[in-house]
Amino acid sequence: MARVLINFPQRAKRGDIIEVKTLIQHPMETGYRLDNKGAAIPRDIINRFTCTYNGDEVFRGELHPAISANPFIAFSTVVTETGELVFSWTDDRGQIQTETRQINVE
Amino acid sequence: MAEAIRELIGEAALEPGKVKLELPPIVENGNTVPLTVSVESPMTQADHVESIHIFNQKNPQPYVAAFYLGPRAGKAYIATRIRLADSQRLVAIARLSDGSFCSDSADVIVTLAACTEQ
Amino acid sequence: MKGLLKPLLGLAAATTLAAAPDERRSGYDFAGGEIRAMQDDDTANPGSLWVLQGEALWSKPVGADGRACADCHGDARVSMRGVAARYPAYDAALARPVDLEQRINQCRTEHQRAEPLAWESDDLLALTAFVARQSRGVPVAVSTKPELHPFGALGRELFRQRQGQLNLSCRQCHEDNWGKRLAGSVIPQAHPTGYPVYRLEWQTLGSLQRRLRSCMIGVRAEPFDYGAPQAVALELYLMERARGMLMDPPAVRP
Repeated sequence: MARVLINFPQRAKRGDIIEVKTLIQHPMETGYRLDNKGAAIPRDIINRFTCTYNGDEVFRGELHPAISANPFIAFSTVVTETGELVFSWTDDRGQIQTETRQINVE
Repeated sequence: MAEAIRELIGEAALEPGKVKLELPPIVENGNTVPLTVSVESPMTQADHVESIHIFNQKNPQPYVAAFYLGPRAGKAYIATRIRLADSQRLVAIARLSDGSFCSDSADVIVTLAACTEQ
Repeated sequence: MKGLLKPLLGLAAATTLAAAPDERRSGYDFAGGEIRAMQDDDTANPGSLWVLQGEALWSKPVGADGRACADCHGDARVSMRGVAARYPAYDAALARPVDLEQRINQCRTEHQRAEPLAWESDDLLALTAFVARQSRGVPVAVSTKPELHPFGALGRELFRQRQGQLNLSCRQCHEDNWGKRLAGSVIPQAHPTGYPVYRLEWQTLGSLQRRLRSCMIGVRAEPFDYGAPQAVALELYLMERARGMLMDPPAVRP
């Protein structure tokens, strides 16, 4: 499981627009680097990132090798009701890492 | 890059304005370049940004990323960090809910590191 | 004024200052605005990923007896505060200084009866980052005890000696030419206040020893092996030179 850092206000008022910052540990191997024998190191990146809010997708990113290692993605979302934000990162092999965070709405 | 952009927008025109692509004009290292895109939009059901697409000129591939927003975003804004192989131009294109496209571009100078391990 | 060494005659401590104390500036000051912004925001600093990992490892039981760091050291926020600022530190049993990575591995092998962690492995970087993070804002305070003098002196000699095919010494860049540009980067003064650092060039976190090896490869010299006595002596000298400057790990650097 790659280390993940997710940041957004845990408590917010309905209707607020909050900024969500995410960071995940991943080398984002581009497929263009050569090893010391001259062979290309195979591509291995996170190609998709999604965020759902109580089940509804509120943000999605399709990523290419031009996204830096340890991808940082920040976006905003409107606070609706108390519940769960679920973040998913999918890599080239189809493996998905999911993190869930609570949001409490006044 | 032009071909990749045409694939996205087809024959449509790219309207200037509304989109703001921000990148540092000169970077010490092309591995991790912070980038933000913001689009002026009320982000209502009737009038919002559907997606933001980022292209580059000189990397091996023209695509950087595509971000899908919608009215739940509240603000049309994304921030990320990208890799730039060389000094080049970046283009950000926003697709709006009415089917139109707006864009902005930015030029970045990428300087090279001195003592590397290679 | 730049580059003039000021030997402090008559003092027991065998250190010389690269510049007058108020002329010393951290690598942070030489980095560009974007890099500083990345470092300042803990929620966006890539080094935070390793600090988080280190925090998890701190409480993880390992080794023959299933002991975690926390079992002896409790809350790292308390027990580790100021520790990284004092390393490399003198180890009486070994009769030489050890750096923080070596100390962590000593704990692992001697007290946790676990395998030592490899240099630059994610786990070792994570533990080092987590411990170092507890010294953020603490002034560098390596000991002045006489036992360390020969090692600091060796470090100083290594800092000054020309090496490699390019025949350059650390001093020539970092004391005679700091503030000037080398390729696209501004040459810093080489004060290791932010280690382990997230170096953009590496796209990962790395130790001071890795950075020293990079510099040596840069001048086309044979780099020190990880953990070599000369490497630790040089680390010690660099920290002595930075005494009093505030720690800022995990730093972000170009």
